[in-house]
Amino acid sequence: MAKDSLYKYVLALGDDALILGQRLSQWAYRAPFLEEDIALSNISLDMFGRANLLLEYAATLKGNGITADDLAFKRNERQFTNRILFERPNGNFADTMVRQFFLDAFYKLFLQKLTGSKDEQLSAIAQKSIKETAYHFRHSSKWVIRLGVGTAESHTKVQSAIDNLWMFTNELFEMNEIDNEMLQQKIGVDCSSLKQEWIKIIDEVLAEATLKRPENIHMTTGGREGIHTEHLGHLLSDMQYLQRAYPDAKW
Amino acid sequence: MTEKKEQLFQDKIDAGLKIEPKDWMPDKYRKHLIRQISQHAHSEIIGMQPEGNWITRAPSLRAKMVLIAKVQDEAGHGLYLYSATETLGITRSELIEQLQTGKAKYSSIFNYPTLSWADMGAIGWLVDGAAIVNQQSLRRTSYGPYSRAMIRICKEESFHQRQGYEIMSKMSNGTPEQQEMAQDSLNRWWWPALMMFGPHDSDSAHTSNAMKWKIKRGTNDDLRQLFVDRTVKQADLIGLEIPDPDLKWNPESKHYDFGEIDWEEFWEVVNGNGFCNKERINNHTNAHTEGNWVREAALAYAEKTQNGDLK
Ligand SMILES: [Fe+2]
Ligand SMILES: [Fe+2]
Repeated sequence: MAKDSLYKYVLALGDDALILGQRLSQWAYRAPFLEEDIALSNISLDMFGRANLLLEYAATLKGNGITADDLAFKRNERQFTNRILFERPNGNFADTMVRQFFLDAFYKLFLQKLTGSKDEQLSAIAQKSIKETAYHFRHSSKWVIRLGVGTAESHTKVQSAIDNLWMFTNELFEMNEIDNEMLQQKIGVDCSSLKQEWIKIIDEVLAEATLKRPENIHMTTGGREGIHTEHLGHLLSDMQYLQRAYPDAKW
Repeated sequence: MTEKKEQLFQDKIDAGLKIEPKDWMPDKYRKHLIRQISQHAHSEIIGMQPEGNWITRAPSLRAKMVLIAKVQDEAGHGLYLYSATETLGITRSELIEQLQTGKAKYSSIFNYPTLSWADMGAIGWLVDGAAIVNQQSLRRTSYGPYSRAMIRICKEESFHQRQGYEIMSKMSNGTPEQQEMAQDSLNRWWWPALMMFGPHDSDSAHTSNAMKWKIKRGTNDDLRQLFVDRTVKQADLIGLEIPDPDLKWNPESKHYDFGEIDWEEFWEVVNGNGFCNKERINNHTNAHTEGNWVREAALAYAEKTQNGDLK
């Protein structure tokens, strides 16, 4: 039972990283300039690396010869438990950067706590990831500031990205049964305790960017229970196509 | 006066020394280099598209990471080469404009479509493989910044070539469907890969000066032959068949003889009538245009920060 909870916990963290990596990889060769193509693929690679570690760990917890690739390529929408913000479409460059900024700020706090996990594997993964996230955060927060301060057009675009994505942020701090169980066992993180600190980070950057934090917005949730926006199904059908079409093949 | 300079310049090249950006160089040398290096840079950049086409569909986590890293490397190659071109007195935005208006060319190979995962193998194996044959000789090219860029790039291209070959080898040892994809992919990419070396030396407009200046260090036909000899053996090893009925070992020349390239197709694609020419350029232009506001914002921000408008 406890092992099953740990499996679900690790799997959910793996799904977050995997889906975000896949989203970022959709930028391939479409960034505003070459250096940014390189930066976005770097971040995407880091997320896939993180996903790979987490899903491999989840696969060993599951047993029965299941592999990380099975978990990534052979589950359906309802079986994915990534939080919704991770799956939001790329939109324009501001939408992507704001999504990334919200998540990087979250990861910074979350991974810091996770390094103290009693579970050695999770702690090791957190230690590796936290360095990458520090770079991601510098990159995304700097862009939010550039776009906020830059021109009237960029200011409008980045503000509307913030307004549109805000409703998905509260889910980051929710705790379900598995989260609570993992917290009790000193394996998992108390996400609800991260919110204040997160808001502080967001406010600091938004102030420098001359942008506003939205208020009184209805918050959406569901990802951890396998309830997603319709976008996830399309992302998966694209990502899983070869594995599904040729189930016997090895690549 | 100019004649004397030109003599000194040529002496330097003959002695195997490098020409550096601040050195005197004949106008024709400069122009030739700008054309050649920028064409190479554009090829790296446009080459991101056919492979980028499969990133989201890569069939395993590992395959996905390898492919993203490869496309990222190509972006890096484009960057080094744009920088090398800029040392000759032209800006990146001018170069990009030349690409988008069709004034500058890029390697025609990237105007062919990628239709299966095996194409990710074939491109690495054949296209990067052909590029290596061309580029190895350019590591010793006379222009310093170009030569140094090629040394860096060649190392990475060798990785790409091996990774591509690994995909091909996995697939040709895989299920019947995978084997079919691998063979089909080789069939489609073989001839375009041979075309990458350019027209026969007898029909090539730019060869003689370029050889004298050591901007080019092997003839099109020699380099093509080197590539064929190498690649036929690799195909044999993984049980794939080169789609050329005229291909056979020639014990006298100690090389493979091979069939005639369809030069009509070659020139059609060069002149813009290939399968994907318009799409490749449109994609590039669209991404660039959609990024206008981002680049403008970054510039505006930099100006405001410099002027002290911000704390
Ligand atoms: Fe390259
Ligand atoms: Fe390459």
